Amino acid sequence: MKLKDRLDLAQWVIKTAVKCGADESAVSLSNRREVEIEYRDKQLDKVKESVQNSLDLNIYVDQKYSGHSTSDLRKESLKSFIDEAVRSTRYLSADPYRTLPDPSLYPESMDKDLKILDAGYEQIHSRERVELAAQIEEAALAQSDRIISTTAGYSDVMASSVKVHSNGFQGQISTTQFWMGAEVTVDDGRGGRPEDWFYAGTRYFKDLPPCDQIGKWAAQRALRKIGQEKIDSGKYVMLVENSSSAQLLRMFQFPMTARALQQKRSFLDGKLGQPIAPEILTVTDDPFLEKGLGSRYYDGEGIAAQTRTLIDKGVLNTYLVDNYYGRKLGMTPNSGGTSNILLDYGEKSHEELIQTIDKGILITGFIGGNSNSTTGDFSFGIMGLLIENGAAVQPVNEMNISGNALTFWNKLAAVGNDPYPYSSWRLPSLMFEDVDFSGI
Amino acid sequence: MIAAATIPAIFRSEPARALSVPDPDNMQLSDAYHHFGVTEAIIRDVIAEALSMGGDYCDVYFEQNVTNTIGLEDKEVNRAYTDVSLGAGIRVLKGDQTGYSFTEELSPKAMKLAAKTAAAIANSGKTAPPQALKLHDIPSYYPIETPWEQVGIDQKIPYLQNINDKVFALDSRVIKSNIWFINETSMILIATSEGRVVYDYRPMARIIVTCTAEQDGRRESNYFDLAGRQGIEFFTPENVDRLASEAVERTTALFKAVKPEAGVMPVVLAAGSSGILLHEAIGHGMEADFNRKKISIFSDKINKPVAESFVTIVDDGTNPHIRGSLNVDDEANDTEKTYLVENGILKSYLHDRISARYYGVKPTGNGRRESFRYSVQPRMRNTYMENGPHTKEEIIASVKKGLYAEAFTNGEVAIGAGDFTFYVKSGALIEDGKITRPVKDVNIIGNGPEVLRNIVMVGNDMKMAEGGWTCGKGGQGVPVSMGLPTVLVSEITVGGVSS
Repeated sequence: MKLKDRLDLAQWVIKTAVKCGADESAVSLSNRREVEIEYRDKQLDKVKESVQNSLDLNIYVDQKYSGHSTSDLRKESLKSFIDEAVRSTRYLSADPYRTLPDPSLYPESMDKDLKILDAGYEQIHSRERVELAAQIEEAALAQSDRIISTTAGYSDVMASSVKVHSNGFQGQISTTQFWMGAEVTVDDGRGGRPEDWFYAGTRYFKDLPPCDQIGKWAAQRALRKIGQEKIDSGKYVMLVENSSSAQLLRMFQFPMTARALQQKRSFLDGKLGQPIAPEILTVTDDPFLEKGLGSRYYDGEGIAAQTRTLIDKGVLNTYLVDNYYGRKLGMTPNSGGTSNILLDYGEKSHEELIQTIDKGILITGFIGGNSNSTTGDFSFGIMGLLIENGAAVQPVNEMNISGNALTFWNKLAAVGNDPYPYSSWRLPSLMFEDVDFSGI
Repeated sequence: MIAAATIPAIFRSEPARALSVPDPDNMQLSDAYHHFGVTEAIIRDVIAEALSMGGDYCDVYFEQNVTNTIGLEDKEVNRAYTDVSLGAGIRVLKGDQTGYSFTEELSPKAMKLAAKTAAAIANSGKTAPPQALKLHDIPSYYPIETPWEQVGIDQKIPYLQNINDKVFALDSRVIKSNIWFINETSMILIATSEGRVVYDYRPMARIIVTCTAEQDGRRESNYFDLAGRQGIEFFTPENVDRLASEAVERTTALFKAVKPEAGVMPVVLAAGSSGILLHEAIGHGMEADFNRKKISIFSDKINKPVAESFVTIVDDGTNPHIRGSLNVDDEANDTEKTYLVENGILKSYLHDRISARYYGVKPTGNGRRESFRYSVQPRMRNTYMENGPHTKEEIIASVKKGLYAEAFTNGEVAIGAGDFTFYVKSGALIEDGKITRPVKDVNIIGNGPEVLRNIVMVGNDMKMAEGGWTCGKGGQGVPVSMGLPTVLVSEITVGGVSS
């Protein structure tokens, strides 16, 4: 379906909803074309190609609210789908806070080129995709004869969506994503088969790193796990690799939402304007970052994207306020979700940070665990490397870290200068002191 | 009563198709064809196109899924969500290689286009004549009294209001409650190039109660849920009472909870959802794709001893009304009770079609997929340990200092290294053979094969998990369950506070 046809269909859905009795409605129509390749043992293992369409419809009738989605976009099907949606909504309780966002919250312009659509997408040939995956596998296998298994992967996505609200909002966005990577398993010589992976994702095909580097990084990440052991429980300095830092910062995300505040499930309730971390931590949500994997003009509710400082020199600067819970709390909506997360980066590189550690643990990955948004308690499984006198001496695994977010973040000792580029959360290495590790 | 958003309205204005899901108890193959607007001839044409490049095998997986969710928040049922998806996935196999495509439009033209895309995994040009389709009979592990399509939103709303009233009446410390009622039905039809055709109606129901309480300025949250392949009759007055009381008790107990000391200690796993230990410690490692690729720590260990002789672990697709049960798997194979470990000996991997062919064994009925949008993987169903020789009381009494783990939220495993974790939402300390103070929010981490060896006592009180577990693998989520009798693991690493 062409863009204009999609916009026309969205407008038709809005009109039909009104005809069926809706006071207000919001519709999104999305289209997603995806190709996935897996390559192993020097041959193609799996190819998947698909085109997916979906329609999401929010209905407001007599202050009652419901949400509906379907993959069947034929008008004759949609007509009865919408009719049923409106009729079933009437059975719910009225909720005065349920309305579309005030039009003043919608974006004024959507002109800036965010550089999130690669115009060359159509020129990529199937054979080229397979060839790239083959090269990644070859590069990984060349790293060591201890490699038991490698699966190399390539995938790309072209997605576009239009969004129309009955009170005047209309937006559309088209994006591309390209991903390449490999998963590598090695023989540790004593019955274990440690594995690791490396994947890179970009908005533009040409920005993907070279295949030989991807294969090499994936293999080296697995190889450095050979000989991993758990070590003594205790308090250690902890340095977290940039690709894993998001796991820790995410413990703030839900508690920062208006929903968590209103539902009394936030350990950040009452902390606005107060320090929750040392001054070296400044966190920004930047939806306009060029080529950002999270870049956008508006959020899922049509609310205009804006650059927000979430944590300013350690002080909680804002909550994430969506339309509904914002209205319930009397707060101005500014979007309940995040886009690209950036930090004020520090001076030291990852290697320089390692050199500052007398005895500590470098985290290369988390496994399992969870955090409690109401209390801030958390506990995660880890894998990594024991650092002594500024150098890695021993791979470690089968250990946990535990703590409470509010005290834990106060032990943040350093922020690296190495943002991880292949995620919408571009976080650097983070170093903490006195972290509780459980091992032997 | 109205049969509101629960009816798959997409079919209503489509005279060529059924007006709603056929009565699951009296459904015929012709009803299933009619439901998806196809005929045997159309399906055979699609299969022929899919095999036109020389593929060895093809299956077409038709699915219509309707999920209805209603939610209570701030004491009102004030939100409802419906999701309808309809489509067909076409898979072509050439040896171990897979070509996959799907279409959301069920016209012969759209299906043949998807078939052509999937066909391209092969390139020999050799074709095989498509077989006539013959219905494969399957059992019925989850009959329900009333199809969900006939249950209106007005019938479900009172359940949520009732539970909410009970939650607030039970304890004055409760300040918030969120309650969700989710019902989902999948109608599927699978046809294979080997001439098998099968259809299934799969119901699923779940109520989740989340609760937040406040005491002396401190807040705690927890939840309780009940789920299964069930109809609305599952939510009996007793189950409604339990949903409220368990949610409240599990929340308020946390006010007394402490964090254990960090380190290695004996852990007693309570009967029930502690089966997450099996899911992570051994279940994933026994999924045959990981073994075919030689990336599981259990690769090459079949017929070797892995645990004490009183340890028997199964993965079962045949338990009545349990969340992971299937009348037929997602590639038209029969499900069964598969022994992973029998009397301490590692017995069988969990197979899909590709791995069964690779190992030269019969498929175990573990071929599953999240929806028509995904290809098949070997996946668990209901994974549990059979009863052992000990009692719960003697197991707890045998521990001088350890942890009693009761309720869990999530787990994860590294297949090759064998490291696995699971997150204990609530439990208790064991001191001198007695359960003492409650604990909360600790992660447990262990190594699969080591933990199996360290299972030193197994109780006689096996219980299945009651909640709505979903297992994620390769980007696909499928419903599963698990179960365990009370079990003692002699040592495992518990996250906690360093002394």
